[in-house]
Amino acid sequence: MISDILERHRQIVGVFAALMIFWVLLNGTVAPDVLALGAVVALLISVAFKDTLSFFSDFRFTPAAVWATVLYFAYFFKELVVANLKLSAVVLHPALPIKPGLVKVRTNLKTPMGRLLLANSITLTPGTLSVEMDGQWLYVHWVVMETDDVDEATAKIVRGFERFLEVMYG
Amino acid sequence: MVETLILVAAALAGAAFVLALDRFVRGPVAADRVIAFDVLTIIAITGIVLTALFEGRAVYLDVALVYALLSFLGVIVVARYLGKGA
Amino acid sequence: MTLDLAGAILLVAGGAFLFLGGLGLYRMPDTFNRIQVGTKATTLGTVLSLAGAGCLQPEWSFKLVLIGIFLLFTNPLSSQVLARSAHRIGVAQAPETRVDHLAEDQKRGRDES
Repeated sequence: MISDILERHRQIVGVFAALMIFWVLLNGTVAPDVLALGAVVALLISVAFKDTLSFFSDFRFTPAAVWATVLYFAYFFKELVVANLKLSAVVLHPALPIKPGLVKVRTNLKTPMGRLLLANSITLTPGTLSVEMDGQWLYVHWVVMETDDVDEATAKIVRGFERFLEVMYG
Repeated sequence: MVETLILVAAALAGAAFVLALDRFVRGPVAADRVIAFDVLTIIAITGIVLTALFEGRAVYLDVALVYALLSFLGVIVVARYLGKGA
Repeated sequence: MTLDLAGAILLVAGGAFLFLGGLGLYRMPDTFNRIQVGTKATTLGTVLSLAGAGCLQPEWSFKLVLIGIFLLFTNPLSSQVLARSAHRIGVAQAPETRVDHLAEDQKRGRDES
């Protein structure tokens, strides 16, 4: 029964929870009056924007998806650091050894939020920047291009993140 | 020791600010100025956090948060405006 | 004390990445490459600085985490929007650029329609 309601209104529940966490972090206290005010406003916002795209829009609330989220963030931070070290080496190199190119890659993700997170992750990691999205195609700017083949580029750029996002959003 | 290191960090951020400012002035196209502006704001946010640390006042963190919010909106609006021509 | 030192070192590392971001912005030959270094290096630099500040003032951690999460979501988003706009209005690319599948596909789309 309760899980049924949760399932049907998971967008509202997710946004409400996120807003409450945000609110408590911002205030740095869990005093009753602060919590009550936050709950009222968070409820209003989550109901009013229940059809808008959010992190929870297509999120699958399953244990596997939650675990994939944790792994995704761990992988993301590792990649963020690696990306920066690589790029630092390029920037500090006297000859500035860049090989830029705009390559096309394919994604199997179907949901808008899954694709958005994929594009965001690509932007913050190894020398790549999402430029344009067109259905299943993503156009990615690559500072040090390794290949211009669609399948090879997909394997190099997309797969690392996609394997988590597939579980989280599908 | 710690204070010296905070000053070193501030000096590095300051140098980054000067480099980004150079790009902001030189351009050559509007998109270059927008990205330079974006970087300047991010450096400024770090600057605000460093100031908060140096002065020991947490109020500055709220300033940093609101500044991050506004700069994001600003860059999105200008970028969309730039892309509208095509 | 150890935590203070770790925090200060994180702050310096953050500053170093900010500096690299600025240097990249200065040196890179075209807009797209500038957007790349501009976003990546400064995002990591700021996140490291925030982590350092959290070590020095643990009671600020909540708010620092908030700023960090916010930047991690919005920074790549704004640079993507900017890159897309730049490509749409045909901002020049460095002569070193090898391929541009996007321009090729767009040209093909125009030819077919």
